[in-house]
Amino acid sequence: MKLVIAVIKPFKLDEVRAALLAFGVQGMTVSESSGYGRQRGHTEVYRGAEYTVELLPKVRLEVLVDDEDVDDVSDVIVRAARTGKIGDGKVWSVPVETVIRVRTGERGQEAL
Amino acid sequence: MEPFVLDPGNTAWMLAAASLVLLMTPALAFFYGGMTRSKSVLNMMMMSFGALAVVGPIWMLWGYSETFGTNVAGIIGDPFEYFALHNLTDDGSLMAATGVPATVAVGYQATFAIITVALISGAIADRARFGTWLVFSGLWVTLVYAPIAHMVWGGGALSGGGKIAEWLSTPIDFAGGTVVHINAGMAGFMLAIIIGKRRGFAKEPMKPHNLPFVMLGAALLWFGWFGFNAGSEFAADGTAGQAWINTLTATCIASLGWLLVERIRDHHATSLGAASGVVAGLVAITPAAGSVDIVGAMFIGLAAGILCALAVGLKYRFGYDDSLDVVGVHLVGGVVGTVLIGLFANVARDADGAVTSYTWAPDGALNGLFYGGGLTQLATQTVVAIIAILISGVMTVIIGLALKYTMGWRIPEEHEVEGVDVTTHGEAAYDLEPSSGSGASGVLAGAHSKTEEVKA
Repeated sequence: MKLVIAVIKPFKLDEVRAALLAFGVQGMTVSESSGYGRQRGHTEVYRGAEYTVELLPKVRLEVLVDDEDVDDVSDVIVRAARTGKIGDGKVWSVPVETVIRVRTGERGQEAL
Repeated sequence: MEPFVLDPGNTAWMLAAASLVLLMTPALAFFYGGMTRSKSVLNMMMMSFGALAVVGPIWMLWGYSETFGTNVAGIIGDPFEYFALHNLTDDGSLMAATGVPATVAVGYQATFAIITVALISGAIADRARFGTWLVFSGLWVTLVYAPIAHMVWGGGALSGGGKIAEWLSTPIDFAGGTVVHINAGMAGFMLAIIIGKRRGFAKEPMKPHNLPFVMLGAALLWFGWFGFNAGSEFAADGTAGQAWINTLTATCIASLGWLLVERIRDHHATSLGAASGVVAGLVAITPAAGSVDIVGAMFIGLAAGILCALAVGLKYRFGYDDSLDVVGVHLVGGVVGTVLIGLFANVARDADGAVTSYTWAPDGALNGLFYGGGLTQLATQTVVAIIAILISGVMTVIIGLALKYTMGWRIPEEHEVEGVDVTTHGEAAYDLEPSSGSGASGVLAGAHSKTEEVKA
């Protein structure tokens, strides 16, 4: 099993979620996060004083998938989240040792 | 002395105007509160509410008497004459000429004293001891506000019949450019220096946490300000109307002026700039409200918007932490309005000296330079502004230093880092994590868990 993690632009969440649902992904965990990549932050001006805002608001999305679905799920996310402009985010995956469904105690693939 | 004749129309308006002006202090709490960081918004708002709570009763006990009581040495009214409003009578009272009872005058003037003290708090955001602020409020209104208000409005040295009027001409301060804005602005300036900079000033970002609060505060201030300026006529008449339309128009132009400076200098016309321009315009038109025509009001608004927008950057150049720009907006705006009266005052009089225009000025005041009055009124207004700056500055330094070496002004550094809201008031403004409201960490009412003792 793998955990696919995506950090995307917040306004793209709905599209990504819909695309994953259409692909057959059953659930996900979403959290608000902040960060920056190559686009860095932006500047804001308050009464003439300039502030550099380094960290931009992002959405972090986590999906547990079967090993064989990793590439497809990652592609679905990338397609849905892309605007083509700098700051679209990143998608990566990591191996997962065990997964247990809390309600039933099912383990491994059964729990996905 | 003519016997008092009640004018119900004027009295009704003055009661409404007093209520409008009182709203300005909670409005200021929002205006200032939105500009602080989220960890100190409650403390900022509490400084306005605290000033209200302290100054209100003091005004009733001795503040009014000290301001409008019988003149002592040209600088103060007799504080015991109307102590706790004893001996208050309508005959010959402040608003007797327009048929408004003395109680209404007391209430109306109370709201001015309250907002003036509250204005100062913007200079010392995030770092002041609340107890010291409350004591300061009481001392400052007694030793600085009331004497200056007496000098300008209560028959003292800066009003008609005073020394300045003898030497030059009668100063014009329709609604409080010297008494309220120069006074509060200078006091804020001195306190900011005495108390010192916030930790991380000009190094760490300290951006406003809630600009809609700032806009809401500016809107409510503007609304209340109609009571402040139009109410200062003490009557529901054409001069009040003139003050009202001047208060509208100067403020509009000042907001545009501020935005223009921002667009050119910073490339963005900001909401904070619009709100700040509104307040700068309101400040500047205050002393001139009833004494300039609509064109004069526009020029005063434009000057205030541009100059105040430029002035708010001075604190970074000179390194004083006037956190929310009390100096840049109130001191500079107050000086702009007070001095420009010397250019734009425009009051028509008949052969007997009676005022025939909607605009009004006290007897002995002259028109401005642009309206045939020569340079005299400009000199008068400049001198009065300087005197107000000096008195307010010196007296505030004395009170501020006295409190610094007795009660102390600063909260401990670690409290400042954690946030004055939690450490001083034991509250947080925002609960953005729903779990913390009902989770296991909650403590039932009555079961106090004292984590840290804050020295008062």
